[in-house]
Amino acid sequence: MGLGKYVSRKALWYLGAMFVAAVLNFLLPRLIPGNPVDTIVSNLGRGGTQGEALTKIYEEYVARFGLDQPLWQQFITYFVNLFQGDFGTSFSQYPASVGGLIAQALPWSIALQLPAIIVGWLIGNIIGAVAAFKGGMFDRGAFLTSLFFSSMPQYCLAILLLYLLAVYIPYLPASGAYSFGATPEFSIPFMVDVLQHYWLPFFSLVIIFVGGQAVGMRSMAIYELGSDYVNYSRGVGLSDSRIVRYIFRNAMLPQVSGLALAIGAMIGGALITEIVFSYPGIGQTLFSAINQKDYPVVQGITLLLLVFVLLANFLVDVAYGFIDPRIRAAREGER
Amino acid sequence: MKLVHFTPRFYISATITVLVVAFAILGPLVFGGDPNASVGGQYDPPSGAAWLGTDNFGHSVFTNLMYGTRTSLVVGLLAGTFASILGTVIGLISGYKGGILQNALMGATNVVIAIPAIVILILLAVALQSRSVLVMAIVIAVTSWTWMARSVDAQASSLRAREHLDVAKLSGASTTSILIVDVLPYVFSYICMAFVLQVSGAILAEAGLSLIGLGPNNSVSLGIMLNWAIVGEAVRSAAWWAFVPPTLLLTVLAFALLMLQSSLDEVFNPRLRRGTARARVTAGATVTPTGAAITPAGGADLAADGGQPTDFERQGADR
Repeated sequence: MGLGKYVSRKALWYLGAMFVAAVLNFLLPRLIPGNPVDTIVSNLGRGGTQGEALTKIYEEYVARFGLDQPLWQQFITYFVNLFQGDFGTSFSQYPASVGGLIAQALPWSIALQLPAIIVGWLIGNIIGAVAAFKGGMFDRGAFLTSLFFSSMPQYCLAILLLYLLAVYIPYLPASGAYSFGATPEFSIPFMVDVLQHYWLPFFSLVIIFVGGQAVGMRSMAIYELGSDYVNYSRGVGLSDSRIVRYIFRNAMLPQVSGLALAIGAMIGGALITEIVFSYPGIGQTLFSAINQKDYPVVQGITLLLLVFVLLANFLVDVAYGFIDPRIRAAREGER
Repeated sequence: MKLVHFTPRFYISATITVLVVAFAILGPLVFGGDPNASVGGQYDPPSGAAWLGTDNFGHSVFTNLMYGTRTSLVVGLLAGTFASILGTVIGLISGYKGGILQNALMGATNVVIAIPAIVILILLAVALQSRSVLVMAIVIAVTSWTWMARSVDAQASSLRAREHLDVAKLSGASTTSILIVDVLPYVFSYICMAFVLQVSGAILAEAGLSLIGLGPNNSVSLGIMLNWAIVGEAVRSAAWWAFVPPTLLLTVLAFALLMLQSSLDEVFNPRLRRGTARARVTAGATVTPTGAAITPAGGADLAADGGQPTDFERQGADR
């Protein structure tokens, strides 16, 4: 099987998974008994929205989704809208578009999590590798601590850190990404303000991530240390530094894919951490959308999470096909 | 010679787990109290009347904690049981039957694995207007059986060529009886360990869903307590008694269950106890619940193993 065939087979597979997920994304919110728009509009009515606005929203939605049409036609409408980059219109913040709301929140989520994931990954792998090589008390201590933090739910640490460092010792700001009343702009005082609000959510993410990565790297390195090729290399008298290089190359493989997958799952990974810190990212947007029964926004966000995760999985699979000699060999063997 | 070697880690984690379960079962019987009764104002500090103070509704945090732990454990156990049964049945049938059936079942499993669980959880929870404890458990189970089905499938396929299965087939045993009598026992130790992971994963999934406001209706769970604490600004009001107890309980429970699973792994897997190095690998192997002990059959499986860290990352995402 050639490389092109391998990649296209994977692509086809992930497109299939994406299709199933998109169908679920379309179908599940429509399981709500009765016309979803009825339910939503009556909820809005109870919330005090004016009658005229309600009628407008109602008509807008019936027309947009073609709710008087059969389900399969609605599905096609939904897909056509998606491909035109139209995620729909928010119920609770009418007439804001879902795409616009997500575009507002996404940069905050990425700016918070991408650095946290990369820093946590680096520190975690170093700790894990050192623990595996050193052994002894350092290993025991580092391993148990890492295991503890990797089993701890992210939001638990977030809540505890928030209380300790922002309330009990009022050292860092307790909520948001910038001070209340400040307008986002590219100026030094605003950047300093943002940075001060950054540390708490950042560290609560990094610590948990370090734990998981250290545990993974340590077990991978120990596993490689005891494997046959290491014994063999020792037997034929290869230098230690060379063996260490082999071990690292093998132990790093799953870690690198772990990094890519973590970046893919990034948006969904810290939904709750953002909620705890009222950080204006995707998590916070989802939280208020759920509380206000703003289904188009919920659907838009779940679709975004899906695309990110599936894309990362696909890229990792393809990269594995290139990097991992075992898969390469298997592929060439099949030819 | 002792038959079973339990490590101190096993006894410690088992004790913690038993204590938490006892608190949830016996607590309400011993101390009584109604979680919905108002016993004071908003965020009263701990006192003789309410040992852990009151929450934003004036309910006793201690009473809520007992009933909340109970709900969380019930959801966790139910969801863990459902997911384990689903994963075992699908994995056994697929691994034992092989062929087209295996391709179809594992293909479907891989599709579900690729879709992030948190998305399905949110969509299902949003779609279901009334969510009972049972419905929550089913929703969580529907998203978490996959990695277990894949591991059981791998183990069952490796058993397929064993001679005792041929003997059973020749003696006219039905497929069901072969699966239960001749295949299941070989996989059972793995199922026990996976079950513990399923339960802890389900408890955390419930807590996460409840925290974002999609928990079971008309009841209190650890996640719902945290949801109240966040909506009611307990943290910024310095009302530590309203959020520290459920936070610590969740953390301790998750850690204890993970340790329990890894020490069970050492008991069931004699290969992993021979040297310290081996034992260490075991402890790490708990992180990827896809069953590190199974050697992938070929290149295709290795490629699929790219998804192995996914399960872990996804569990992380649920938190």
